[in-house]
Amino acid sequence: MEDELLQILESNPDICPEDLSKILNKDKKEIENKLKELESKGIIKKKYIINWEKIGIDRVYALIKVKVSPERGRGYDKVAERIARFNEVRAVYLISGEYDLEIIVEGKSLKEIASFVSNKLATLDGVKSTVTHFILKKYKENGEIFFEEEKDYRLKISL
Amino acid sequence: MNKLLSKIEPSGIRRFFDIIERFGDVISLGVGEPDFQVDWNIREEAIYCIEKGATRYTSNQGLLELREEISRNIVKNQKIYYDPEREILVTCGVSQGLDLALRTILNPGDEVIIIEPCYVAYKPLTILSYGRPVVLKTSEENSFKIDLDELKRKISNKTKAIILNYPNNPTGMSFSKNELKEIADIANEFNLYIISDEIYDKLTYDRKHITIAKYIKEKVIYLNGFSKAYSMTGFRIGYICCDEELLRNMLKIHQYSMLCAPTISQYAAIEALRNEEKILRKILPEYKARRNYVYKRLNEMGLKAILPDGAFYIFPSIRSIGIESEKFSERLLFEKRVAVVPGNAFGEDYKYNIRISYANDMKKLKIAMDRIEEFVKEILKLKEEIK
Repeated sequence: MEDELLQILESNPDICPEDLSKILNKDKKEIENKLKELESKGIIKKKYIINWEKIGIDRVYALIKVKVSPERGRGYDKVAERIARFNEVRAVYLISGEYDLEIIVEGKSLKEIASFVSNKLATLDGVKSTVTHFILKKYKENGEIFFEEEKDYRLKISL
Repeated sequence: MNKLLSKIEPSGIRRFFDIIERFGDVISLGVGEPDFQVDWNIREEAIYCIEKGATRYTSNQGLLELREEISRNIVKNQKIYYDPEREILVTCGVSQGLDLALRTILNPGDEVIIIEPCYVAYKPLTILSYGRPVVLKTSEENSFKIDLDELKRKISNKTKAIILNYPNNPTGMSFSKNELKEIADIANEFNLYIISDEIYDKLTYDRKHITIAKYIKEKVIYLNGFSKAYSMTGFRIGYICCDEELLRNMLKIHQYSMLCAPTISQYAAIEALRNEEKILRKILPEYKARRNYVYKRLNEMGLKAILPDGAFYIFPSIRSIGIESEKFSERLLFEKRVAVVPGNAFGEDYKYNIRISYANDMKKLKIAMDRIEEFVKEILKLKEEIK
């Protein structure tokens, strides 16, 4: 049931346990317990994706590539984990290619991000160099499209 | 005027449909096409075709590249082989495929067995091909299964073919391996063609779809297309697979009446087949969840329904409510703003069924089910009070 449940949750994040019980033909209590279990195991996590731009609140995002020196025994983990702990850091990835880490940073202004990079990130032990790309516009994030949705062109009745 | 046309009744239900289109805020469970958009890979390919000018006629039979893809797809899914050079013809959807099949095999007065409830085109297209539709009814009590003895009784020395459609529109029911074998045996015994409309084959939820061509390939005219699994309804693209000689004769009609299927759609269809797994991975779990949900809700509110094997329809009985489906549908529309299709659109006997399409997202389905439940409760309460 787990696979099926997860698939349904992925495309219907706000579905209630009662409806899930109908779909999976299981007791509501059983579904609720399963959801709790999945949550506590960190398999599912609920989160809203907010398009702040739409209500006129500006947030600034930057995609930063970082070169770091790996550490004996722990590789890239130590420095990556240190970076990940900053609140303003939204995502951290170890990547292949010229750079080692790619991170996404959020801030209120260009200045805020610039200061984070120069004061915190670049000065970390193990960080050799950074290159910062400010994000100018978001078109799609986490599979969600941020521009105008397509309308339903179907006839109301067709046989 | 062609006298045959007088035999084709303009569907009385049309009037009801016209009313629905006038309502803006209706939740429609009457839609016979997927709610999922056409995958962008496919649309992008169609755009690219137009950009580079691949917009000319193709061979009458359709692009060989597409026929090869179709052939590979059938081998992959059904383990049977159709020769792309001689046994596959690309059509403007299953609708045209069906028309071609009937026009090719029928002589005036030949009979075609049609199993009701069924899609609306089978009878009229048979009549337009100078054939005579012979209806075999299936009933809810028997889970819309075919009674094979009754099928045999319907066969006369004029019978030329049986039309099958599974998973079925409007019931969603399919055939088991054994049923298919038995039908194939009968076709063999009486030397009949089987026109098998398997347009919903990919949308089968609890088991693998099996084509009847597996059991009696030489007598089967296999029809399929891209409208349902890939949502490509407006592309108007499908295909026929059948015996070489039949296909050669079909081509005589096709080359003069259609010339070829739309070129852009043909290229888009190649892309669809190449992305099949990715697309199905996305839509199948979602359809299955919706099917289970709607099935449960309907039965809980007292509209008895049989669990469909596939497609995106369910055909519940409204007998317990005590009003006929046209009236039921009209009132549901006016009072609750939910549109469904009256069962008698699919055969005159199905006055106490409605067809519900779950090609809608879960949120809409939930609201629609709540509204239908309210409606049913109100009617039953009123009935109780009158008593």
